[in-house]
Amino acid sequence: MGRKLLLEHINVPGINTFDVYRQKGGYASVEKALKTMTPEAIVEEVKKSGLRGRGGAGFPTGMKWSFLAKPEGVERYLVCNADESEPGTFKDRYLMTYIPHLLIEGMIVASFALGAKTSYIYVRGEMMPQIRILERAIAEAKAKGFLGKNILGSGYDLELYVQPGGGAYICGEETALLESLEGKRGNPRIKPPFPAIAGLYGCPTVVNNVESIAAVVPIINDGGDEYAKIGIGRSTGTKLISAGGNVKKPGVYEIDLGLPVEEFLYSDEYCGGIANGKRLKAVVAGGSSVPILPANLFMKTINNEPRLMSYESLADGGFVSGTMMGSGGFIAYDEDQCIVRNTWNFTRFYHHESCGQCSPCREGTGWMEKVLHRLEHGHGKMSDMDLLVDVSKKIEGNTICPLGDAAAWPVASAIRHFRDEFEWHVTNGAEATTRNFGLAHYADPLTVAATA
Amino acid sequence: MKVTIDGIPVEVEPGTSILNAARQIGGDIVPPAMCYYSKLEGSGGKCRTCLVKVTKGSEKDPRPMPKLVASCRTGVMDGMEVQNITSPEVIEARKGVVEMLLINHPLDCPVCDQAGECHLQDLGFEHGAAKTRYEFDRRTFEKIDIGDKIQLHMTRCILCYRCVFTADQITNTRLHGILNRGDHSEISTYISKSVDNDFSGNVIDVCPVGALTDKTFRFKNRVWFTKPVDAHRDCDKCCGKVTLWYKGEDVIRVTGRKDVYGEVEEFICNTCRFDKKKTADWVIEGPRKISHKSVISSNHYEFTPLPVVKTNPVLLEANKEQFERDTRL
Repeated sequence: MGRKLLLEHINVPGINTFDVYRQKGGYASVEKALKTMTPEAIVEEVKKSGLRGRGGAGFPTGMKWSFLAKPEGVERYLVCNADESEPGTFKDRYLMTYIPHLLIEGMIVASFALGAKTSYIYVRGEMMPQIRILERAIAEAKAKGFLGKNILGSGYDLELYVQPGGGAYICGEETALLESLEGKRGNPRIKPPFPAIAGLYGCPTVVNNVESIAAVVPIINDGGDEYAKIGIGRSTGTKLISAGGNVKKPGVYEIDLGLPVEEFLYSDEYCGGIANGKRLKAVVAGGSSVPILPANLFMKTINNEPRLMSYESLADGGFVSGTMMGSGGFIAYDEDQCIVRNTWNFTRFYHHESCGQCSPCREGTGWMEKVLHRLEHGHGKMSDMDLLVDVSKKIEGNTICPLGDAAAWPVASAIRHFRDEFEWHVTNGAEATTRNFGLAHYADPLTVAATA
Repeated sequence: MKVTIDGIPVEVEPGTSILNAARQIGGDIVPPAMCYYSKLEGSGGKCRTCLVKVTKGSEKDPRPMPKLVASCRTGVMDGMEVQNITSPEVIEARKGVVEMLLINHPLDCPVCDQAGECHLQDLGFEHGAAKTRYEFDRRTFEKIDIGDKIQLHMTRCILCYRCVFTADQITNTRLHGILNRGDHSEISTYISKSVDNDFSGNVIDVCPVGALTDKTFRFKNRVWFTKPVDAHRDCDKCCGKVTLWYKGEDVIRVTGRKDVYGEVEEFICNTCRFDKKKTADWVIEGPRKISHKSVISSNHYEFTPLPVVKTNPVLLEANKEQFERDTRL
């Protein structure tokens, strides 16, 4: 049974209210931090914990905090990136919906550590329920003296705001998020300068994911060293995984990093295996932007070692035989799923969401989508696979922000591992158009509604 | 700060970008730039044609940069070493960018007023492939008049954002920008408004392709058949320093004076650009020196200077493989 640091009290009735959260020991880290610790000591604890950013990139959080420029007389900001929009990832939404005070508690501690007097939670615009939940929780916390002027008599002031986002995937990229927060079109900025030097309104800013900020609470409560004991190697602590696809028990799970993937996928504590007694075909381990892996490579590394749910183990073998932890959006595909259709679907998403600033991403994502569309609809050519690989190479690494990479990796990896299936679509075009991949097990909602 | 580009060292001021450092050396090691415009703040980094490889970050941190970087937006560090035309990776990436740019830019150079002055034309000639692999429908748009003297032909637009920065920075009204996302993006005015102010004509000069054209000049002549002459007048709105483009005895176009990289030296007002089309309106300074490497220089007065790298025997030897490949391209 894995430890529950973030989701320990998630099933307690009323945990979304201040009083119940407080009864369960909530806001203890704020008291500890503001009354007994200096900002530098908090940063040090986070560094000791080895916490890595849970938004996808996995950059060490403490190090990111220590990069923050601290010029005199200039505001500093903490921005929580709650623009969760990676297909397959839904952990932050879960956290905000059911235990919003955990995020607010983490925001207060992190803001204090960074010297921010104003902080923002940038929530994806479509998540109106979560925006309302957070607004209510902030009002409660403020009424109890945990936000506003002179928090707990410490002399520290903090205003926390919830900002609905523009509803674009690109606004989850930290610099596009800052542009959007400033009221502009959500286009990524060219780095450098990095937000730690010139972020929101040109001031030093740290942008952290919801889960990363929530993880600061147990780190401060128990100490960075205790947190670092959980996990394996440089993958410390617990991680929320949003499991979906053809698993028996889709949902959000908190795992100790280092858990074998086999245990995560097949044990009853987590996913419970593949639905309908099917076999596993492939897995996307960290959200739609990471490379897809066939079952055999996902279960074991190229050296025949068991694959673990950790940053290093998932990345073992590079993109040839490995993938990435990403945001923890775990999607399992059973043997009936069509990889071509899935890849087309992902690419359709990235084409739609490309901001259009830089040429390779703007034009390349559309090109890939059109080629995949014709492959999926039975009009593909044998040369299409090489074309797709080449176009994805031309996009990868040549764009302003990582959206180009996110669009290129799923395509390149799908062709690398499932080329046979793409070729089948070319040689069996007519059959490919009539196959009803992925829908066979699900009742048509209209039929259900009509017969109910 | 000392920076080395394609083996050629140059001393530059701190804060200089790699592109500008290369421009201080000059010649064929200068990366191309479709969206960067030194006179426009915040421009650059978007078209990705100026990607270069940083093989050594600096003296302090000699690690190479993991990805190619946009030279127009990356500052130099002391001891930095950069590869432009000597890196096959850069040339390959640039070819990719050109291919992407040409997906939605028609090769209608024979009827385009920008032909001969078009940066994409030059880039396509140097890096493009003879045949495209793109087989799908291209996006097309109706031509739009954005003001009585300027026509926007979005079909040719490569979304460099230069005109948006121009309208934003040198005029007092922001009336046009970008609509939509991704390859659905388009430059447009706010609802049905036109770009109407004293300096709006500069969006024509900054456009690297033929998307924004001067309606007083459209289809009047090919630019390489005209005679450019530097001239000035006393203007209460701008510097009044322009280039007049003659066809016979008639001034058929007035533009800002452009440097070797196609950037205007100073922005000019609409009165000078559109309304002063008589020789009597101007004090003639003399023939314009044309040094642009494009076809526009073919009928004019000076030869393009010989490339720096290709005349340097040490570099020739060091980069033999690159030059052989370059010749094949």
